[in-house]
Amino acid sequence: MTTVHLPTEEQPVSGESASTSRLGDRLFGGIATGAGVLILVTLAAVAIFLLAEAAPSFINADEFTESFTSYVAPLVFGTIWAAFLALLIAMPFAVAVALFISHYAPRRIARVLGDFIDLLAAIPSVVYGIWGISVLAPILARSVYPWLEDNLGFIPFFKGPASSSGRTIMTAAMVLAVMILPIITAISREVFLQTPRLHEEASLALGATRWEMIRQAVLPYGRSGVISGAMLGLGRALGETMAVAIILSPADVITFNVISNQNPNTIAANIALKFPESSGLDVNRLIATGLVLFVITFGVNILARRVANAGFSGREG
Amino acid sequence: MSIATAERPTAVPPSPNSSMVHGTLGRGLHIGIGLGAVALGALSWVPQGAPNWARWIVVGIVAYCIGIYTASRRIEGKRRATDRFVTAVVTCAFGVVAFPLVSVVWTVVSKGAARFDTEFFTSDMRSVVGEGGGISHAIVGTILVTLVAAIMSVPLGVFTAVYLVEYGGKSRLAKAITAMVDVMTGIPSIVAGLFAYALFVLAFGPGTRSGLAGAVALAVLMTPVVVRSSEEMLRLIPNELREASLALGVPKWKTVTKVVIPTAISGIITGVTLAVARVIGETAPLLVTAGLAQGMNKNPLDGRMTTLPVFIYYQYVQPGLPPEAGQDRAWTAALVLILMVIVLFVLARILSTILKPKGLR
Repeated sequence: MTTVHLPTEEQPVSGESASTSRLGDRLFGGIATGAGVLILVTLAAVAIFLLAEAAPSFINADEFTESFTSYVAPLVFGTIWAAFLALLIAMPFAVAVALFISHYAPRRIARVLGDFIDLLAAIPSVVYGIWGISVLAPILARSVYPWLEDNLGFIPFFKGPASSSGRTIMTAAMVLAVMILPIITAISREVFLQTPRLHEEASLALGATRWEMIRQAVLPYGRSGVISGAMLGLGRALGETMAVAIILSPADVITFNVISNQNPNTIAANIALKFPESSGLDVNRLIATGLVLFVITFGVNILARRVANAGFSGREG
Repeated sequence: MSIATAERPTAVPPSPNSSMVHGTLGRGLHIGIGLGAVALGALSWVPQGAPNWARWIVVGIVAYCIGIYTASRRIEGKRRATDRFVTAVVTCAFGVVAFPLVSVVWTVVSKGAARFDTEFFTSDMRSVVGEGGGISHAIVGTILVTLVAAIMSVPLGVFTAVYLVEYGGKSRLAKAITAMVDVMTGIPSIVAGLFAYALFVLAFGPGTRSGLAGAVALAVLMTPVVVRSSEEMLRLIPNELREASLALGVPKWKTVTKVVIPTAISGIITGVTLAVARVIGETAPLLVTAGLAQGMNKNPLDGRMTTLPVFIYYQYVQPGLPPEAGQDRAWTAALVLILMVIVLFVLARILSTILKPKGLR
């Protein structure tokens, strides 16, 4: 009988480390593991190579007229300020649009509207940049900034003098807002749709209007999702380069004034503008600023995960 | 659980008999308020002469929201008024968000049409001053750089996903990889570019620019997207399929390559296509790695290589004289780039239906 030796020869069926004596299995498992390890190596390489290329600018620090801290400070400020403004503009719209798609739009067209918003994410950033400077900036410079300066000039943000070209940090932040809106909307929409139907029905059955139902059932449930979406959007806005590089008229300043021609530049845009023409130690210094940007976005992303995880595990209880 | 499968509940529209105390806001009045708001918006700029679109829209929306609230408050009461107010705000927000998308598409199409001709697709920018010139070198550059990036990142990404789903389990390595893929997703594109630059500088000396360096930068950006989407697809495959195959004595690697991956292939390919669509428009990393060349360069290993996004950037910010010629080229190149992205999206949709295994179609 040939069946006698069958049971023992065939190795684990669902085993975790099923690298049996078979060559194919060992090879395939090895390749897969190798790919995973390569990812770790790549990330380590990113950090190591950036450090290696940034180091000369610190070693030869005395060859610069300006210390690294005072060079990078306005850029860090500009990066965070622009991203913060973008988030401030995008958030209300993103949540409203997510609610519109999940709870207001007729179900038949809701999907199409969702795709429509996703399309915003498909447009390359350089196209947003040239659109921002040739369409949006003139509109804002003509009809919004002068009005803000005249009527709200007493607030430091709108002190002016209003830029006549529209190449301000406000314009850049608006374009950034358009770019990060799809991410925040997509995540918010998902969590809003996950609201337990029984909660919604219970609220409506008690006579709540649609808005009261959303406030009682949907928003509390989706809060952590919305926050983690916002953090991811913030991470994207911090690293966005081309739109800012094209639109902003930069200066070496730290100011909260959002409508003038004197704007703090962002790290990413500064690299894009200066890198192609730089050589020698200037390149190393730009790479060092890139490292700073990497650290900032890294921190924001870690924070986003933590918020998301805390929120989701809290929800189980 | 039977309730869960029912339609999502919708708030009952205020029909005449649903409110016992108050009246309801009629349709006619609703439309009236809308028209009134548009008129009021128009009034805000007419005295000054030239149309002021921004003010028209803002005033119109504010007037509509306030108008609908006041009317509903008088007729239907406070709670319904708030409800209507929020509905108006949310709907208007969608309209406002749609504006940039429509405006971008309209601007690119109308301005890009100027140079959408044969010369544009057949010539490059070598010794072009002023008008004329084309993007054949940029199209070839974009395709080559993206292709090389895909060749590097797709196998890496898919194999990593296979490891995570089929081999890793809950091991420490798998957890570390998942966390690092998350971190990689958050790398700013310019930082990926600087990494590739640093890598090639250390290998080939300072000032190196090449298509391959650009491809490495794009691969860093693409890989986490591929891993994420493939992992998601592989996890969707029911365990019964794997168990059935393994129970027949099929070795694990054959189970993965002949059963698991073919079942998930449509999703994986869709994910890859979307990842390509995402990196094809990247400008910043290519600006610092591949640079700009005036002529055709078909060798990614040597010399500067123009790609469409970088071409658009330089043509717009350094258009030369007359500036219109360069800017027209930038807009038309933007139109071509957007068309390429759309083609990729459509391709992803088509591939995902064609490649779906017959049983699941």
